[in-house]
Amino acid sequence: MNIWIKILYAVISVLVVTIYGLTLGGIVRKIYARVHGRYGPSVWQPFLDIIKTHGKRVSISHGYMFYLGPIFRLAGGLGTYLFIPVIFGSVVFSNFSIAGDLLLVMYFIFFGQLGMALGAGEGGHPYSPLGIARGLSQMTAFEVPFSLAVIAIAIQYNTFNLTTIVAAQQGSILNWTLFTNPLAVVAAMISLLGMNMHPPFSIVLAPQEIPIGPPIEMNSSFLATLQTNRGLFTAAKLILFMNLFFGGATNLPIMIIKTFLIYMFSVFVGASFPRFRPEQSMRFFLKWPTLIGVASIIFIAYF
Amino acid sequence: MDKKDIKEIEKQMKLANEGLPEKERILFSDVRPTTVAPLNKYLENFLNWARARSLWIIGYGTGCGAMELRPLMTSRFDMSRFGIAPRPTPRQSSVFVIGGYASIKTIKRIVRSYEQMQGPKFVIALGSCTINGGMYYDSYNTINRLDYYIPVDIYIAGCMPRPEALIAGFNKLKEKIQTGECEGMNKYAENFDWYKKNQKQIIKDWNMPDYNW
Amino acid sequence: MEYLLNKIKKMIKFEASIKQRDDLYFITVKKEQLELILSYLRDNEGFTHLAFLQAVDYLEDNKFQLTYMLYNYDIKVNLGIKVYIDREKAEMVSIHKFWAHSWQYQRELHEMYGINFPGSPRVEESFVLEGWEEIPPMRRDFNTLEYSIKTYYQRPGRSTNDPAKYMKEKMYKKYAESPKIRRDND
Repeated sequence: MNIWIKILYAVISVLVVTIYGLTLGGIVRKIYARVHGRYGPSVWQPFLDIIKTHGKRVSISHGYMFYLGPIFRLAGGLGTYLFIPVIFGSVVFSNFSIAGDLLLVMYFIFFGQLGMALGAGEGGHPYSPLGIARGLSQMTAFEVPFSLAVIAIAIQYNTFNLTTIVAAQQGSILNWTLFTNPLAVVAAMISLLGMNMHPPFSIVLAPQEIPIGPPIEMNSSFLATLQTNRGLFTAAKLILFMNLFFGGATNLPIMIIKTFLIYMFSVFVGASFPRFRPEQSMRFFLKWPTLIGVASIIFIAYF
Repeated sequence: MDKKDIKEIEKQMKLANEGLPEKERILFSDVRPTTVAPLNKYLENFLNWARARSLWIIGYGTGCGAMELRPLMTSRFDMSRFGIAPRPTPRQSSVFVIGGYASIKTIKRIVRSYEQMQGPKFVIALGSCTINGGMYYDSYNTINRLDYYIPVDIYIAGCMPRPEALIAGFNKLKEKIQTGECEGMNKYAENFDWYKKNQKQIIKDWNMPDYNW
Repeated sequence: MEYLLNKIKKMIKFEASIKQRDDLYFITVKKEQLELILSYLRDNEGFTHLAFLQAVDYLEDNKFQLTYMLYNYDIKVNLGIKVYIDREKAEMVSIHKFWAHSWQYQRELHEMYGINFPGSPRVEESFVLEGWEEIPPMRRDFNTLEYSIKTYYQRPGRSTNDPAKYMKEKMYKKYAESPKIRRDND
């Protein structure tokens, strides 16, 4: 296929998914508000916020890395997204899925955080290294059960190609990884809680004690880039989980319904639990989810 | 040389940062704030529309009036339905709510935080104390008129004003932003010397840079 | 408590003692005897808590009165110890050896009244007033209104009402005029 058409399709799918991710963020804020007994902001609030932060007249930079931080973060989001086939069998939404893209996606999930760490560190505010330290340590912790789950899936399907994994789950609902390898799904869903940074794992952003965490010095367009990335990255993670564990999607409405329900799991837990401290969340991730992950590998390899 | 030229030269002058020790002066910027002209009419209207619907308050309670902000956040008054959200850092926020009386120690921090906010920025002065000193008009330690030190967009009178009054004030601010009247940042840059003179007159131990960008 | 006061009276000669309430007593001691009596009360009589340390400016007598308020958790009694010191050469012995938190009170008194506490940690640091150049503001010969008018720009058009008079006029007018309704005061 012509590469230009491919790029055009990629741009379309990125736009659609970014808008979807941001709307999802708005809906979730509304849900949290209703849980608190409030009316809540409008669903389009994230878009307004992005327009406003882009519309700031001045902005402050602290150096080259400060510029690059949000860009790395966005690149991480884009990279994660662009190698995931969003809709099985669709030409427009197949993105750049290739053999072994699962490994690339795993790498890109980490990449954004690291780039952000470099950028935020140059801001010079004492709270941003604190937020980064917490963020990276929590990230390392939840990456362990997630990696174990991914290894279990790779053993199960004998491939690192997401399209093949989705293809193997088609046909019946009982072909989903959820039913063929439930232990891996449990481990991965717990690590999804940490990935989405809703409570009880929201200590990284910690709005009360270390204001807002890593992006504390980010202003104007830097912040807007980060906000855009938040929408894109959230959607990309949800689509990855849908592909790996819940049978993928064959059209757009199915994709939206499935990702929404996966996100709701995170939101339900977030709305009903208080927050862990950093060492508590580390300990939590390295205990039960890790054991479940190991069990899933043993289960799939030897039984 | 006519008056305009002198003003132009003054604008190009660097800030002295005399309050800082010698070796720290190079760490801080010596550039004066400049006015930023609005964009063309339609684009600016669109941005103003978004700005009015996404007001981020800096989380710095400067006096007893900040107590009225807490009920605003909770479910009874719920400011988030107007797009108002608290934000912990001045870099990201656009509205500064001065909560009542401002002592000298506080006004120093207010000026610093205000200058660190990225424009366009708006100031809501809450309570009688910011207007004419209120019940502290004869105090040795609280200022009487806030608009001598930073530009103010909206005053909310009362001691204390109820959260409903605050919501009314925020709505008024929204209207003003949409019509493009809130140019407090440009006003500050234009009258920079006058504001600095007033600030330095009351802050006797000026140990911070002249402009905190 | 009376027994305790008698006991202290035997030890040192204090100038006066007042019983305000059942759980609130004041004694006035000499400046030199303060350390002695504080250490005695803290170590032997169970007054382990320094509630506050405050000063009063007696401009007419040319004196400062310092009040050390102690509290006994066992018998639940407050005991205030008053000390008069000279106003011109205001200097008092620091008690941060007895109660570590008293340095904060002493720092505040140093700033607000200009009372000197030699040896107290961080006593010279400013507490609320950063860069104050006048006489300490809580001294009674400092005119705050004059200073405020001089320093902070007064907004013209400010008016003040006497609350009692104003309320009588506006709110209770019909009660004041009608002869039938008697109020308690008149």
